[in-house]
Amino acid sequence: MQTISTQIFDIGYMDTLAGGDTALHRLDARAKLLVTALFIVCVVSFNHYEISRLMPFFLYPVFLIAAGELPAGYLLRKVLAVAPFAVFVGMFNPLLDRGTLFQLGPLAVSGGAASFFSILLRFLLTVTTALALVALTGVNGICAALESCGVPKVFVMQLLFLNRYITVLAGEAGRMARARALRSFSAGEMPAAVFARLAGQLLLRAYARAERIYSAMLCRGFYGRIQLQRSSTVGGKEIAFVATWAAVFTLFRLVDIPQFFGNFLTGL
Amino acid sequence: MNGYLIEAENLSYVYPDGTRGISKVSFKVAPGEAVALVGENGAGKSTLLQHLSGCLFATGGVVSVAGLPVIKENLPAVRRAAGMIFQNPDDQLFMPTVFDDVAFGLLNLGVGEGELEAMVLKALETVGIAHLRARPPYRLSQGEKRAAAIAAVVALEPEVLVMDEPTSNLDPRARRRLMRLLKTFDHAKIIATHDLDFALEICDRTIVIHEGTIAADGPTTEVFSKADLLERCNLETPPSMRGCPNCAR
Repeated sequence: MQTISTQIFDIGYMDTLAGGDTALHRLDARAKLLVTALFIVCVVSFNHYEISRLMPFFLYPVFLIAAGELPAGYLLRKVLAVAPFAVFVGMFNPLLDRGTLFQLGPLAVSGGAASFFSILLRFLLTVTTALALVALTGVNGICAALESCGVPKVFVMQLLFLNRYITVLAGEAGRMARARALRSFSAGEMPAAVFARLAGQLLLRAYARAERIYSAMLCRGFYGRIQLQRSSTVGGKEIAFVATWAAVFTLFRLVDIPQFFGNFLTGL
Repeated sequence: MNGYLIEAENLSYVYPDGTRGISKVSFKVAPGEAVALVGENGAGKSTLLQHLSGCLFATGGVVSVAGLPVIKENLPAVRRAAGMIFQNPDDQLFMPTVFDDVAFGLLNLGVGEGELEAMVLKALETVGIAHLRARPPYRLSQGEKRAAAIAAVVALEPEVLVMDEPTSNLDPRARRRLMRLLKTFDHAKIIATHDLDFALEICDRTIVIHEGTIAADGPTTEVFSKADLLERCNLETPPSMRGCPNCAR
C-alpha cells in the first residue's frame, strides 16, 4: 500500500518537474516533440547487432537532463522500473543466436548477446529521452503539441484522460488494498477469487469516480482541450533547436563516429 | 429573468435504474440569498444540486439558472452562472499545481495571459491560500484542498455558488474559517449540508428535503424550531438551539 501511494506521488512528480523554468522548459512543446520523435526513429533504425554507433546518441538525453536541471537519479529509477519489459523482449536472443559475431580480446561475443545488449541500449536511450520529454513539458503540454501537429483529437483525448485518471485508478486501488489488508489477517496473500472481485469493484469504483471528475471539469468550462498558460510560439529558438539536433542526429546516423575517432587516434 | 437567479418548477428526476431522485420540487432563489438545503442521507440533496449545473437533466419539470433553462444548448452560460463546488475536493482538483487548477476554468473562458495571473492570485488571496500556489493539490490537507476548490470556482465570478457538504471532513478551526469566508461572499448561495449549526449561521433560509420532495421552506430559525418537522424528516434540532444542558436539569 505504501508503495502504491508513493507511486501516485511519483506520477504527479513528473508534472511538478514540468513546472520548472529553464530555457528547455520554455521551449515550444512541438519543437521538443519533433526532435524527440526524430531521435527515436534514428535510434531504432540501426541494424539489430549495432552497439558502438548507438553510443553517441546518449548526448541528447544527457543534454536534456543537464540543461533542464532534471533529477537524473529519479529518472533512472523510473527507467529501471520498466526495464523488465526490455529484458523479456531480448532475453532469449543469446540462446537462439549463438554464432560468434566478433572477438573482444579473448571473449567471443555471439550475435545473440550483441543484439540483446543492443535492445537494452535502445531501450535505455528511448525511454530516458521520453521520460525527460514528459518531465520538461508535462503531459498536458505534450497533448497540446500533438493536437496542433495534427494528431486526431480522439487520440489526444485518450492520452489526456489516461494521464488524468491513472492517479484516480491508483488511488482507488490503494484504498481498496488497504481496506482488504486491514481486515484479512493472513499477511500478504490474496486468493484469486478475492482478487477477481476486487478488480471488478475497482473498475466500477474508478468508473463512478471518473464520472464525478469529468462533471467537475465540465462545470468549469472544459470542452475537450486543456488550455495552457505557457504561450506556445515557434520562434528562432525553436528553429535553432530543431535544426541543430536534426543535423547532429543525421551525422550520428550516417557517420560511424566511434570508428572515426578510433581511426583518428590510431593514426590510420 | 424576472429577478430570480434560480427557478425550479415541479422538478423531478428518476435515475436510469428506477431509483427516485427528486419529485415535483419547486422553489426560487433571489440574487444574494443564502439557502441551506438540509435532509437525511439519500433525501435528494445532491441530486437536486446536480440539476443546477447541468450534470443531470430533469426527467420532469424545468429548472432555470440566471433566466436560462438548464438544457444542453445553454450549458456554457448556465455553468458560468452557477459555480459548483463538489463534496470531495479530490474530484475537482487535478492540475499539477494549485495555481494551474485555479487557472483551468479561467483559460477555458478565454482569459488572456495578461490578466490571468492577477485573477488567479486574487482568487487565491480571497480564500487565504496564496502561499500554496506552487504546491500540487493532492499533497494539501483537507482544509487547504477545500479552499483551493473554492478559489477555483470563485475565480470564475459565478452569480450563485452551489456547494455540496462544504463542512464535511473539516476540523473545527477550518470549519470556522470556511464560515467566515462564506460570510464575506455576496454571491447567492445554495448549500447542501448536514451541519445544521452551519446552516443556522450562514443561511437565512432553509429548504428541508424529505424523500425527494420539499418538506419545508422558510427562514432557517423558524424551520429549525419546528421539532416535529425535524423529527419527521429524520433530522435533529441543531445543538446551538437546544439550550444549556446544565440549566435544563
